[in-house]
Amino acid sequence: MKRVHTWFLRHAQACVGSLGALVRAPLATLMTIAVIGITLAMPAAMIVAVDNVVELSSGFEGPGRISLFLKREVGDAEAAKVAERLRRRQEVAKVEVISRERAYDEFKQQSGFGEALAALERNPLPIVLVIHPSNDAERAATLEQLARELGRLEAVELAQLDLEWVKRLHAWLGVIERGVQIVGGLLAIAVLLIVGNTIRLAVLSRRDEIEVSKLVGATDAFIRRPFLYSGLAQGVLGALLAWVLVQASLWLLSAPVAELAGLYGSSFALGGLGADLSGALLAAGAALGWLGARLAVGRHLRAIEPR
Amino acid sequence: MIQFGQVFKRYPNGYDALKNINFTLGNGEMAFLTGHSGAGKSTLLKLIALIERPSRGQALVNHKNLARVNRWQVPYFRRALGIVFQDYKLLHDRTVFDNVALPLVVAGVAHAEIARRVRAALDKVGLLNRERAYPITLSGGEQQRVSIARAVVGKPMLLLADEPTGNLDAELSQEILDIFLDFHHHGVTVLIATHDLQLIARARKRVLHLEHGELTHDTAARA
Repeated sequence: MKRVHTWFLRHAQACVGSLGALVRAPLATLMTIAVIGITLAMPAAMIVAVDNVVELSSGFEGPGRISLFLKREVGDAEAAKVAERLRRRQEVAKVEVISRERAYDEFKQQSGFGEALAALERNPLPIVLVIHPSNDAERAATLEQLARELGRLEAVELAQLDLEWVKRLHAWLGVIERGVQIVGGLLAIAVLLIVGNTIRLAVLSRRDEIEVSKLVGATDAFIRRPFLYSGLAQGVLGALLAWVLVQASLWLLSAPVAELAGLYGSSFALGGLGADLSGALLAAGAALGWLGARLAVGRHLRAIEPR
Repeated sequence: MIQFGQVFKRYPNGYDALKNINFTLGNGEMAFLTGHSGAGKSTLLKLIALIERPSRGQALVNHKNLARVNRWQVPYFRRALGIVFQDYKLLHDRTVFDNVALPLVVAGVAHAEIARRVRAALDKVGLLNRERAYPITLSGGEQQRVSIARAVVGKPMLLLADEPTGNLDAELSQEILDIFLDFHHHGVTVLIATHDLQLIARARKRVLHLEHGELTHDTAARA
C-alpha cells in the first residue's frame, strides 16, 4: 500500500515538474506544440476528407444499381408480383418497374433509333426491374453476389450490374486511403523526430542535474520520468491543437460547401472529426509524444555519466 | 567497509592510473588518501563510487563485490554512499533545501520525512537558516557545507570526499574537517582524498599515500 502510494507520489511529482518546466519556457513549448499540431492536423484532415468523399459518394443515387431484364413472356401483373417479393428483401432498398411501353418511349426519345423501332411490328423490349440496393449491401462483392442470385430467378432473363464506376470509385478511394496512410506514417515519424529533438535539447540542458542525480543514486527510470511526461504532454497538447485546426478548417469550409451542395440540389454537409477519430487523434498524439521522448532519452541518458 | 585486493585500473588510452592496490578500511574508520596530483587519488574514489570500474583485482565495498554490481544496481549501491566533491556539484537553479533533499527525493522518501531529515542535515553543517537561499549567494565554504549536508542526508555508511577543502582557505578547511570528524565520531566510515598536508596533520588519522598509482605508505592513526 505504501509502495503504491510512493509510486503515485513520484509520478505526480515528475508530472507536475515536467509541466512546470514546459510553462517556464512558454515560447519554445508553444512552438513545439504548434509544429506537432500542424503535423498531426494534416493526416487528420485527409482522413476527414476521404470520409466525406465516401459519405458523398454513397449519397449518389445509382451506384450499383442492378437491372433485371425479365423474360419476354412475363407480363405486367407477374412483374409487379416479382417486384413486390424483391422489395421485402433486406438487401433491397427500392425496386423500380419499367414497363415495356415506358422503355419503348424512352428508347425512342433517347436513342435516335426511333424510326427503326417504329418499323418493327411489335415492341421488342422486355420489362425491366431496377433494383436499388440498401446501404448495407453497398459493397461491390455483396452487390455482385446479389446480382448473381437475382439472375437465377425464374422470371429473370438477365441480371446486369452496373458496377464499373462503383468499382473505379472504390479503387480510387483505396488508392487515396493508402496514400493517406503513407503520408500519415511519415508525419508520425516527423512528430517522433520533433519530440525527440525537443527532449534531446532538454536532456542536454539539464546535464548537470542528471549527472548529480545519478551520483546520489537516481535510477534511469527516475531520471527519464519527467522527460517522458514532458513528451506525453507535448504530444497531447499538439493533438488538441490539431483537433482545433481541423474543426476550424471544416467550419470555414462549411458555408461554401453548403452553397455548392445547394447548387447540385443536395443537402450534403461536411462531416467533422467524430468521437472515435478525435479519440484516435489524441491517442496518437500521446503515444507519439511518449515514444519520441522515450527514444531520445534512452539514447542520450547513457551518454551522461558522472566523471 | 572497503577491501581492495590487487586492484588495477588502466584507462582505455593505456594509462595505468592504479597499480596493485591492497588495503582495508574497517567499519567506522577514518582515513586520508594523499599523494601528488595524478597519483590516483580521484581514480581510487571513483572506483569505490562505481563511477569507474577496476580493470583487474577484487574490490569489496559495503560487503558488495563491485564486479558483481550491474548497471541497474548502481543507483541502489550509491544510495549507501555519501560523496563530497571539490567543485561541490550543487544545482544552481534550486534552493539549498532542494539540493540537500535530492538524494531523498531520488530514493522516494516521504515528503514529511524529507523535510525533517534535510533540516537535521543542514543543522549539522550550521546552515539551517539558509535553506531558502540559492547556492550562488553562498560563500565557497558554505557551498561545501551544503554539499556535505547532501552527502550525509541519506545517512550513508560510507562518506567519500575528493579534495573537499581544495578551494577553501585554512580556517574554512578546519571547519569542514571538524564536520567530517563529527560524522566519524558518530560511526560513519570516512575516506578523504586530499593533498592538504596541514589538514592531515591536524586530524591525526590514518593516511594512505599514493605515488604514481601505487600505494607506498600506510600510516596508522596517532592518538
